[in-house]
Amino acid sequence: MSYIIDRRENAKKKSTVNRQRFLRRYKQHIKKAVEEAIHNRSIKDIDQGGQVTIPKRDISEPIFHHGDGGVRHKIFPGNKEFVEGDEFRRPEGGGGGGAGQGKASNQGEGEDDFTFNISQEEFLDFMFEDLELPWMVRKQLKDATTFETRRAGFTNAGSPEKLHIVRSLRAAHARRIALTDKEVRQQIRALRKELWALEESPPSAERTEKITALRARIIELEKSSRKLPFLDDFDLRYTNMVRVPMPSSKAVMFCVMDVSGSMTQSIKDIAKRFFILLYLFLNRNYKQIEVVFVRHHTHAKEVDEQEFFYSRETGGTIVSSALALTADIIDKRYPPADWNIYIAQASDGDNWDGDSSTCSKLLTERILPKTQYYAYVEITTGPHQNLWHEYEHVNEAFSERFSMQQITDAGEIYPVFRRLFEKRTEGAHEPS
Amino acid sequence: MSRPKARQPLSTGSDWTFELIEAYDREIGRIAANFGLDTYPNQIEIITSEQMMDAYSSVGMPLNYNHWSFGKQFVETEQSYKRGHMGLAYEIVINSNPCIAYLMEENTITMQALVIAHACYGHNSFFKGNYLFRTWTDASAIIDYLLFAKNYIRRCEEKHGVDEVEKLLDSCHALMNYGVNRYKRPRPLTAAEERERQRAREEYIQRHLNDLWNTTIPRRSDDDAGKQPRFPAEPEENILYFIEKNAPLLEPWQREIIRIVRKVAQYFYPQKQTQVMNEGWACFWHYTLLHQLFDEGLVTDGFMMEFLHSHSSVIYQPPFDSPYFSGINPYTLGYNMMQDIRRICEKPTEEDREWFPDIAGSNWQETLDNAMRNYKDESFILQFLSPRLMRELKLFSIMDDSSRPTLRVDAIHNERGYRALRESLSAQYNLGNREPNIQVYNVNVRGDRSLTMRHYMHNGQPLGASTEEVLKHLHRLWGFDVLLESVTPEGNVMQSFACPPRPQELTVEGIA
Repeated sequence: MSYIIDRRENAKKKSTVNRQRFLRRYKQHIKKAVEEAIHNRSIKDIDQGGQVTIPKRDISEPIFHHGDGGVRHKIFPGNKEFVEGDEFRRPEGGGGGGAGQGKASNQGEGEDDFTFNISQEEFLDFMFEDLELPWMVRKQLKDATTFETRRAGFTNAGSPEKLHIVRSLRAAHARRIALTDKEVRQQIRALRKELWALEESPPSAERTEKITALRARIIELEKSSRKLPFLDDFDLRYTNMVRVPMPSSKAVMFCVMDVSGSMTQSIKDIAKRFFILLYLFLNRNYKQIEVVFVRHHTHAKEVDEQEFFYSRETGGTIVSSALALTADIIDKRYPPADWNIYIAQASDGDNWDGDSSTCSKLLTERILPKTQYYAYVEITTGPHQNLWHEYEHVNEAFSERFSMQQITDAGEIYPVFRRLFEKRTEGAHEPS
Repeated sequence: MSRPKARQPLSTGSDWTFELIEAYDREIGRIAANFGLDTYPNQIEIITSEQMMDAYSSVGMPLNYNHWSFGKQFVETEQSYKRGHMGLAYEIVINSNPCIAYLMEENTITMQALVIAHACYGHNSFFKGNYLFRTWTDASAIIDYLLFAKNYIRRCEEKHGVDEVEKLLDSCHALMNYGVNRYKRPRPLTAAEERERQRAREEYIQRHLNDLWNTTIPRRSDDDAGKQPRFPAEPEENILYFIEKNAPLLEPWQREIIRIVRKVAQYFYPQKQTQVMNEGWACFWHYTLLHQLFDEGLVTDGFMMEFLHSHSSVIYQPPFDSPYFSGINPYTLGYNMMQDIRRICEKPTEEDREWFPDIAGSNWQETLDNAMRNYKDESFILQFLSPRLMRELKLFSIMDDSSRPTLRVDAIHNERGYRALRESLSAQYNLGNREPNIQVYNVNVRGDRSLTMRHYMHNGQPLGASTEEVLKHLHRLWGFDVLLESVTPEGNVMQSFACPPRPQELTVEGIA
């Protein structure tokens, strides 16, 4: 006897738990692979899944097995020309084995690495693990100025267009039931039943007479019961709407970069990756993100992504021009009440001597009060210049929303990025 | 038994429907019964390829406890499947009652019929008939037991943390091959009793265990250990069993988990020993049953072509020098031996009469049935591999002696070599030769509680490279020092391991 069962609709992904356990166990390896991918990959495909390779010796499950050595007989099929007593040299690298066990030696290094793919989702999770948007909490309820209207039950007062008819009539009905005399009601009900029974029966003169009598009695009784209004003011119910403050889910990210002559392509490349990371990071935390690219040498210009990263210009450096333009754009297009504003500035630290104080003034007066977070990375191997020192003062004054780090080569982007955005849980409790 | 030849084939296209599967199953079942195959009821489940991958990675079981190694298996399967490195198996069949067989929805009706014949009647009757399965596993209880195990382990994870449980399972898995009784028949397991007795057992063990360690006798020098009676008095082959019952520091739940791993290992133990026979039997019967369908006119020529194509690729044996060669294909060997037994019964030659006087000319169905019931791979090959088949497969034997610079062909498929070939091939399927023979030898009960294991060497083969890793796991379970000695048949200790490593051993190794 056989039963045939269609299991195709059953839960798939039975192995999910086991897969998660596996990823959890090899977290260190995966993290390493993710970091390497961030260093080496071109920007455009940074947010794809990734391949993770784990050395076989780290992943093998040990068991007792025979090692090489000793005497063993092995049987092979497909003899062609061998006769008993033939001798020949051992093939190199254990070839011709197969039937034997215990060939899984650990000495063959790096040959059989265990390689598998993680999805984009998993890739990014590993990439942003432990990170949290800085001061996200700051933009919470009391700061928020966008509201969403939501239903919140019913009230007794309200404007006519919010009148809830079903609820009102239900209330009226309940009130009428509550206020009429119980006995009268029961009587009326009994008479009605009688009436219906009569109406079912075959017509006759006697029946018509009875029906008329019953109807009259019912009307009389109903009259005698207390006069109650069908609908009272008291019954009216209105849909209650409340305005719930919503944290803004929109973010704008300003990428500010120096493109003056001192910025080499490799420095720009590092800056690019830093911006990409920030973008991906914001992308996972906000529904809607706009990116504004501001590049500057002696004067600043808002450009599109292509131009921002790939066109070359030369000239001196006046950082304040970019900051002023940024501040103007914020004023014009991104009111801080609606937008979470993030600014990332990348530079090699060069600035025209007299300009740095202007920069710090612009920052402290026009920009920082409106932004969620301002990250400055200086990509240089040389000593810090006046801009860095000027920014250090800003940092002291606005330590919670301004941060600065130095990057010397591409390998440092990720650690620096993490440092800039590492979880600041203590900030979550701090009233701002 | 002869029915009028049906003119109408069951199907002509390649798509399957539930009605068709039912019809094929009915016909194949009828023919199988006519051939005298005794089976458990079948539960045929249609699944997707994704579900097949899931099934793969929990060692083919429909449910199992959670462990990262199954996840690794899954990732590996998924990876190679997606890249097209491998196809999925057409079927998975589970030794349970009813016997569960998975059919993949992607297959054609021909493949489904092949799988039904192969799994639902071939493997199924083997599970029901073979003495190893009859003695060692309880088909009706396995699913319930796995459910019990899964829930128990999940509760342990909640109580003691995933990490703790994972560590313990890692250690148990390392010793899983040594968690089986090879000679003593285990008690049948039933989930209900298991649950009932579990609590009682916990208490009992915890109480009696301590007898071993209660006595606090001042520590003496290690020289005395030799004069003490050994514990255990006889070496114990089931290492996990020994640990479950005797490890001093384990908590009751840890003992229970060790027991679960042991029981699962025991369940799979017969499968490891009957691969050639089991596959050979199933291939023989799908071949025979589907041919009978064809003879009755129930399937088309096209059906047979497709079936024979996949049949011949399943039983293909690449020669030893082919790049595809990866050992002897158990399907080939098993299938050919089964067919060969039938031939010996039906058309014996002079040679067969000389080699197999008992079965030459006998009733093939009875002979095959007897072979299926009473043998395992090792004894099956030793008993039934015929000279003719050795010639057909062109078998030859290579002796690999690490003390000599060359390999030597020590037997080929000729008059002088048949017996030697057969013995070597049989030995190749002897689990006792394949896995190192390691047993619990002694516990230093009155001293440092160290556990000494002995590896009884076979043909001078040393232990492999992961031995020390396994010892670490053993050490975790035992809780005190663990020693392992490789001993020659003469009783000389050739090599010794210790976990944690002992300083004097290090110097000995340094000198050597």
